[in-house]
Amino acid sequence: MDAKMKKELQKTACKVRMGVIEGTYNAKSGHPGGSLSISDTLTYLYYVVMNADPKNAESPDRDRFVLSKGHTAPALYAVLAQKGYFPEEEIKSLRHIGALLQGHPCIHTPGVDMSSGSLGQGISAAAGMALAGKLDKKSYKVYTILGDGEIEEGQVWEAAMFAAHYKLDNLVAIVDSNGLQIDGPVAEVCSPEPITDKFAAFGWHVITMDAHDFDSIENAFKEAASVTGKPVAIIQKSVKGKGVSFMENQVGWHGTAPNKEQYDQAMAELSAQLKELED
Amino acid sequence: MADTIKKATRESYGEALRDLAEEYKDLVVLDADLAAATKTGIFKKAHPERFFDCGIAEANMMGVAAGLATCGKIPFASTFAMFAAGRAFEIVRNSIGYPHLNVKIGATHAGISVGEDGATHQCNEDIALMRTIPGMTIINPCDDVEAKAAVKAALDFNGPVYMRFGRLAVPVVNDAATYKFELGKGVVMKDGSDLSIVATGLMVNEALEAAKVLEADGINARVVNIHTIKPLDKELIAKCAKETGLIVTAEEHSVIGGLGAAVAEAVTESCPVRVVKIGVNDEFGYSGPAVDLLKKFGLSAENIVKVVKENINK
Repeated sequence: MDAKMKKELQKTACKVRMGVIEGTYNAKSGHPGGSLSISDTLTYLYYVVMNADPKNAESPDRDRFVLSKGHTAPALYAVLAQKGYFPEEEIKSLRHIGALLQGHPCIHTPGVDMSSGSLGQGISAAAGMALAGKLDKKSYKVYTILGDGEIEEGQVWEAAMFAAHYKLDNLVAIVDSNGLQIDGPVAEVCSPEPITDKFAAFGWHVITMDAHDFDSIENAFKEAASVTGKPVAIIQKSVKGKGVSFMENQVGWHGTAPNKEQYDQAMAELSAQLKELED
Repeated sequence: MADTIKKATRESYGEALRDLAEEYKDLVVLDADLAAATKTGIFKKAHPERFFDCGIAEANMMGVAAGLATCGKIPFASTFAMFAAGRAFEIVRNSIGYPHLNVKIGATHAGISVGEDGATHQCNEDIALMRTIPGMTIINPCDDVEAKAAVKAALDFNGPVYMRFGRLAVPVVNDAATYKFELGKGVVMKDGSDLSIVATGLMVNEALEAAKVLEADGINARVVNIHTIKPLDKELIAKCAKETGLIVTAEEHSVIGGLGAAVAEAVTESCPVRVVKIGVNDEFGYSGPAVDLLKKFGLSAENIVKVVKENINK
């Protein structure tokens, strides 16, 4: 990837992270940790990979995205706002009564392709969208992001079996392996490892990537695009809370909103990162 | 009317899907390894390219149906009522109900008449569960004619629909030539002024049989068929309450949360009268031939007659 493009993506991802902090701070609730760990991937998906245009948001030919780990909606909303699906101002009323932006994704929000958030369900809906694409002989692809804790849900493996059986090579499932879930490290709560082997055993083409390195992300999605006859699982190694020093790798930031002091510090850090990229 | 003809409504479901596939190009059928029992196998045979077996994985099937619906397909997710409404409840609520997607759920083997398989497969709770989901339409047809019409009505309606079908062959009470299905409208099958028997599903025929016996004993019962349990025809229920007083409900479902409960809730708001519920009481079923079980659980014309006589002059 050339340096200019990488810098643009890094700047956008930084703005997405600021949106995550802005949203959860104003909501006084929400899930910043896992939102920050998927911010780079979501940025790459919406700015490089996906055919997703707010001016033609309902196009039957568009690529679809389902945020199976729906609690990290703040990151999705921040990307959608950056893309122009709705005004950035909406992020400040996230989770408020009457707000456009619900605590978990709702299909009635512009740019959101499926309601999600009850874990394990998004990947099934994504498989259904992929199947519809095959039936209609359309070339769109369906992307979904799951958490590494989320894949403890049995429904995920029902969907994994289904997608491989019907050879849904237009489906890409990204597992955000940040290693932490509500009750603690994924490895201690009820380990789903080895994740790569499991998806491979279920008949998926498995790719691993560094979730915070755009070169690695680019390579992974290029490989994913070339796969035929099988669904693709991208297992991304990520850092929960990435980009905000005191949130990184801290399980406590799974579902806690920053207070005013923490908000100021997080925004100062992200602003400094953005400034460095802009210089 | 040929009242000797019997047919299971699950059979009607499979045939209707097959017959409507030509007209409705977006119709697709999903099943969870029960195609031979739910009768979606009839559809599969005629339209294999539009049939998808999801294996024994009902949660995923409901989610896949939701995804298909977001892309304009009209999926009929089919399995036993126990697994459609029971096991997959939360997926139906969150992936189908909340986004209000155009998914049709074909739930067969509902109620006690599953028979020999026993309590684990006798779903007497599905109507109660589905009623609590905002925007869910629930249809419980009484015979072959109504079941087929219900499938077509569900196709013409944009939104989630739960359709309840039975395993047991039941008498055909409607005349196919003149029958007209109106979603959300109750049907007065027989007029009467002394009380109303409000029935659904296979209990409609039992109610009609009971009314004949009551007639001979000088009791003039009105028989109402509620095929659409949600949205309930509250207007008709209120009219019955005002005109006949006593209402006896009859359903092959728990007395908790089903048709009887819905009718009782409705009349308390419009015209409070006594509502006596015939259904499966707060208990599990057990194994046995379906016809014998229905009698054991009081889901028979004889029991309707008995309950009416016990309550008519109270």
